[in-house]
Amino acid sequence: MSAQPNIRGGDTRPIAFVSAQALRERMHEAVNDPHLRTSFRGAMDFLMAKRAAQFPDESELASLRTQSEGIRQYSLSKLPELLEQLEANLTRNGVQVHWAADPDEANAIMLGIARRHSAKTIVKGKSMVSEEIEFNHAMEAAGVEALESDMGEYIVQLAGEKPSHIIMPAIHKTKEQIARLFADKVPGVDYTDNVDALIQIGRQVLREKFEHADIGLSGVNFAVAETGTLCLVENEGNGRMCTTVPRVHMAITGIEKVVEKLEHVAPLFSILTRSATGQAVTTYFNMISGPRKPDEKDGPEEVHLILLDNGRSQAYADEQLRKTLQCIRCGACMNHCPVYTRIGGHAYGTTYPGPIGKIVSPHMMGLAQTHLLPTVSTLCGACGEVCPVKIPIPELLVRLRGEAQSAPHANPAMVGQGAGYSALASFVWRTWARIYARPANYRLFSWLASRFRMFAPSRQSGWTAARTPLKPAPRRLRDRVRDRR
Amino acid sequence: MSSRDRILARLRTSRPAQPLPLPELDAHYAPRARNESTPERVARFRTGIENFHAEVHLAGEGDWPAVLARLCAEKGVGSLMYGADTVAGRKLDPAAFAGTVLRPWAGSIEDIKADLFHRTDAGFTQTLGAIAETGTLILWPSEAEPRTLSLVPPIHFALLDARNIHATFYDAIRAGHWADGLPTNALLITGPSKTADIQQTLAYGAHGPKELIVIVINAEGAVQ
Repeated sequence: MSAQPNIRGGDTRPIAFVSAQALRERMHEAVNDPHLRTSFRGAMDFLMAKRAAQFPDESELASLRTQSEGIRQYSLSKLPELLEQLEANLTRNGVQVHWAADPDEANAIMLGIARRHSAKTIVKGKSMVSEEIEFNHAMEAAGVEALESDMGEYIVQLAGEKPSHIIMPAIHKTKEQIARLFADKVPGVDYTDNVDALIQIGRQVLREKFEHADIGLSGVNFAVAETGTLCLVENEGNGRMCTTVPRVHMAITGIEKVVEKLEHVAPLFSILTRSATGQAVTTYFNMISGPRKPDEKDGPEEVHLILLDNGRSQAYADEQLRKTLQCIRCGACMNHCPVYTRIGGHAYGTTYPGPIGKIVSPHMMGLAQTHLLPTVSTLCGACGEVCPVKIPIPELLVRLRGEAQSAPHANPAMVGQGAGYSALASFVWRTWARIYARPANYRLFSWLASRFRMFAPSRQSGWTAARTPLKPAPRRLRDRVRDRR
Repeated sequence: MSSRDRILARLRTSRPAQPLPLPELDAHYAPRARNESTPERVARFRTGIENFHAEVHLAGEGDWPAVLARLCAEKGVGSLMYGADTVAGRKLDPAAFAGTVLRPWAGSIEDIKADLFHRTDAGFTQTLGAIAETGTLILWPSEAEPRTLSLVPPIHFALLDARNIHATFYDAIRAGHWADGLPTNALLITGPSKTADIQQTLAYGAHGPKELIVIVINAEGAVQ
């Protein structure tokens, strides 16, 4: 593996700490990696075709998107009430509800639970929020084993890497790489690149863990306020294992995932699986409403829910930015993104890559670290077009560019507002606006530009990195039109 | 001030004065309910779940235990675990199963974990119903029928009454008044466990059952 370029082979560089310069380097490196380009291109084409096949009826898709957007916006419009209702009903059902402002608090809560149970092993179902808070690192530092059990996450963890896609974490790896990884890292396993055999190896290793783990951890796809129910969407059955076999189940989710009514999950579940992987439905939809009751014979004796803010309440405070929170984490925006397809998920350096990552990460990490992210986009609009809950992603990217690049001011909507501000760039654009907004200024400027064209600089910021310099024409368009009269 | 109170206070100061209107879901689902006959619904359910790699067998209300016994023999199931204290469980007669040992669930999972994980070939459960649109089974596990029966053994046999197939998930929730009281764990199951996490190649038997076999009763008129 060490011979591989580091983005594909062993990308162990920390996430959530990528400077603007490092981001440029990572993107450059990714774009110049032909293997990475090929595997993402193939995977994204596959996922786009599968999604399209799920929506043969345009009018059904339109109606389902409208319903799903409506449900998410309705839920957000009552978010504080729904969170309280959810908490009350979960508590009544016997679930312990915790609130965490940031990753440290969330990890401390879960470590506290692990310590109380003297837990040695936590087996994990797929949870992007647990990635967001760097849960595995926090547990490792405290001497508790946190083992991923989703096949993709297991592979990525075994390789010491991070997920490169929110739905398909190991999408950047070939089966040959995984075969080599298993042969190197799993005791007693010989090299095989037969996919069925590889999955059976993972099954054997992880079954042992499900059987003996002290605690199971999961994410939450939808939390239902009226019944106090946590819904999980999955194919493998590891989510059910983690939430059923160990004596303790901890679930962690962002505060935005709540819906009011149970029936609201029906359209959201349908559009989620079809948008994400092009499946009409996943193998399992798991609805958990409490710990094991006295007469029941299995299920965890304790269930905990950790509700995480981590910047979400900042997005919520602004009517436009609030739309970010409509997201149901399907990943369709990355599957259809020309930038994501070319640079893959690791280059962004954030837990959530792709278009959704670009609009959600600035709230989680602050614009000081993420001000370049909203510019990693062609604004082609594909993400907004496929979004199942109609998040206007391109519009939000433009808004975030503005927040990042405007001069710092009082009462900003976001932490880090103005982090990308440059006095020179700002001056240039203001001047440009003055010239182009007034015909007299424009006439004078264009006359000067054509006369002094030899002074056009040979290096023009990013433009000349891959193109010849711009040079004004010797005669203006208006002059040439006048000549022809 | 706790994190809870701080988060809620922050949300309260910025939420809209009036909640947005409640979405009208009936408008979307009414045309999808279809006025199907039971055989039509069974056919749609069957196509759906077979697409997800499950096997479907039709049986009569009286002879389904014999069908189950035959399937167990065909698949070489040495031991079948089930909930004995259920309507279906009471109809299973160990004498009717030639090569298969019937094992009623006994005790709590902690008592039988090793047996369940290592020495049980198949689990048998009833179902609450199904969803025709996607070919999905609905399970409401109970104290008599624990949730791991449909999860841990490599083969899952499920008994479905065709009269309980709904057009959509939405219809099942509404018709069954689910919001009035859910069990500890309600489940939708569509096929055996699977993954496509290695190079988008589909593989069955990831962590749950490798095979899902559905026996449908009261499907009179459905194509055999």
